[in-house]
Amino acid sequence: MTAITTETDVPRTVESARSAGKFLFIAAIVLICAWVLVPIYLLLVNTLSSPSEVSGFPKTGIPSFDFGSIQFFLSFAGVLKALWNSLLVAVLTMILSIGIGAPAGYALSRFEFPGKEIFRMLVIMTRAFPLPLLALPLAVFFIRTGLDDTALGLAIVHTVLAIPFAVLITFSLFSGIPIELEEAAWTLGCNRLQAFRKVVLPLVLPGIAASAVFAFTISWNEVFAAAVLTIENRTLPAFLVQSLNVSPLHLKFAGGAAMVIPALIFIFAVRKYLFAMWGIANR
Amino acid sequence: MSPKALPYLLLLPATVFLLVFFVYPFAQIAILAFSSESGPTLRHVQTMASHWKFGSALGWTVLLAAVVVPIQLAVALSMASIVTKLKSGRNTVLYIFSIPLGLSDLAAGIVWLAIFEQSGFLNSMLVGLGVVERPILFLSYQNVWVIFLAVVLAEVWRATAIVMVILVSGMGLIPKEYYEAAEVFGASPWKRFLKVTLPMLRPSLQSALILRTLAAFEVFAVVVTLGGSTLPVLMGETFQWQFALQDRNVASAYALVILGISIAATLFFLRVLRVPKGATI
Repeated sequence: MTAITTETDVPRTVESARSAGKFLFIAAIVLICAWVLVPIYLLLVNTLSSPSEVSGFPKTGIPSFDFGSIQFFLSFAGVLKALWNSLLVAVLTMILSIGIGAPAGYALSRFEFPGKEIFRMLVIMTRAFPLPLLALPLAVFFIRTGLDDTALGLAIVHTVLAIPFAVLITFSLFSGIPIELEEAAWTLGCNRLQAFRKVVLPLVLPGIAASAVFAFTISWNEVFAAAVLTIENRTLPAFLVQSLNVSPLHLKFAGGAAMVIPALIFIFAVRKYLFAMWGIANR
Repeated sequence: MSPKALPYLLLLPATVFLLVFFVYPFAQIAILAFSSESGPTLRHVQTMASHWKFGSALGWTVLLAAVVVPIQLAVALSMASIVTKLKSGRNTVLYIFSIPLGLSDLAAGIVWLAIFEQSGFLNSMLVGLGVVERPILFLSYQNVWVIFLAVVLAEVWRATAIVMVILVSGMGLIPKEYYEAAEVFGASPWKRFLKVTLPMLRPSLQSALILRTLAAFEVFAVVVTLGGSTLPVLMGETFQWQFALQDRNVASAYALVILGISIAATLFFLRVLRVPKGATI
């Protein structure tokens, strides 16, 4: 090695330093990608192995494509109901957070009015609070109002988690559409509602769909409030976390995969909007 | 309908919703923590503080945040720098880097359980390489620090992506001219990172740190999955008191502690990383 370095002239060392830098750069990318992907792969290997392989030793790291674990998971008492509940709560969260958040986002982007800052503060404040803790006082409140152990009750808590995002994302979406477009529609005889429906809505719909998917993911993944607020109608995370001590390994891994795979699809679906969302959520 | 009323009408549902389901319940937590049938009391707080698990739960939670958040910040800064430098394949790399964003802490716990459990992949590898003869029981109550390490890895694995996304969008806001000027004056890439990127990134760093530290105080499912009750944390104890011991008042006292350290951390980061007026981009 030393012999080679003494022989090389100055320009070549610069070049080799540059290519070494480039090699390091690519190695870092590969390393980080592996760090993200390998654990997910290992979970999927366990999911696609038979129950006896899952508790067997040593492991090969190659799936046997045995669907025994998945069958066991799906036929386990309460799992299908938990999946259904998760879906129901997530869809309700999606509808509530967009239905309530989008009008607020529109108002923030289009109007100047006294009290605007107070509302912004209220939305931003939600981020300084550990929101899953809301489940504790709301458990009492829900028992009084008959919302305890219902999908709607849990969806309300998840909506509190999702609303700040819904407001900020729709705010940035509406801000991206020039008000002149709406004004042109008004001069052509549309009223405010028509102009919104015919001009603005088609333009923001993909973005709204993305933030709806984001709200869905927040609800789908939430553990603490779900575990506190549901007993009979448990969601999948609540079901998994409450049966951790008693469930066999293959049930845990299949359950984990059932949570991970939809999440992967969701992130893929909204990848274009990820940065628009967080860029604005920064402010 | 007068046009002046329209914005208020649009904000009404969100405002009412947040007042009823956010502001009011948090006031309710404080009331629950200090009330009993016979008027205000400190009994619940005393029950909490004198319980043998309280001190260790508080200690482990704060230690976990103190270890996890700086690692995440460093890793996320490198990831964000890589992404902003990348010319081809940026979108693919970005998607892979941000995958963990969509994963729940429970799923992350289960993923790392597959690696750390006794018949798991880490043991398979160690035995295969001949490092150890028999599989080790990593996640036992005798190995609290191994459980701690597994939780740190799972948390860094899962929640670094969110910091990266915030930092990448923050880096996108820094004008190119600043870097060009620094280059003209002969600043090395490292110098440019220290003197241009980091100071200009302050608002993003601030919100990323606040977001992550608060989430770190709320750590729950990862710890339960990997350590059961061996590694007590505040959120886990809150759950225990609420669910297993059916004592809402003590659970609320715990919630107040989490709320307290969260607000303290928020104020700390707002102060330390404050953006001077008029210095925003």
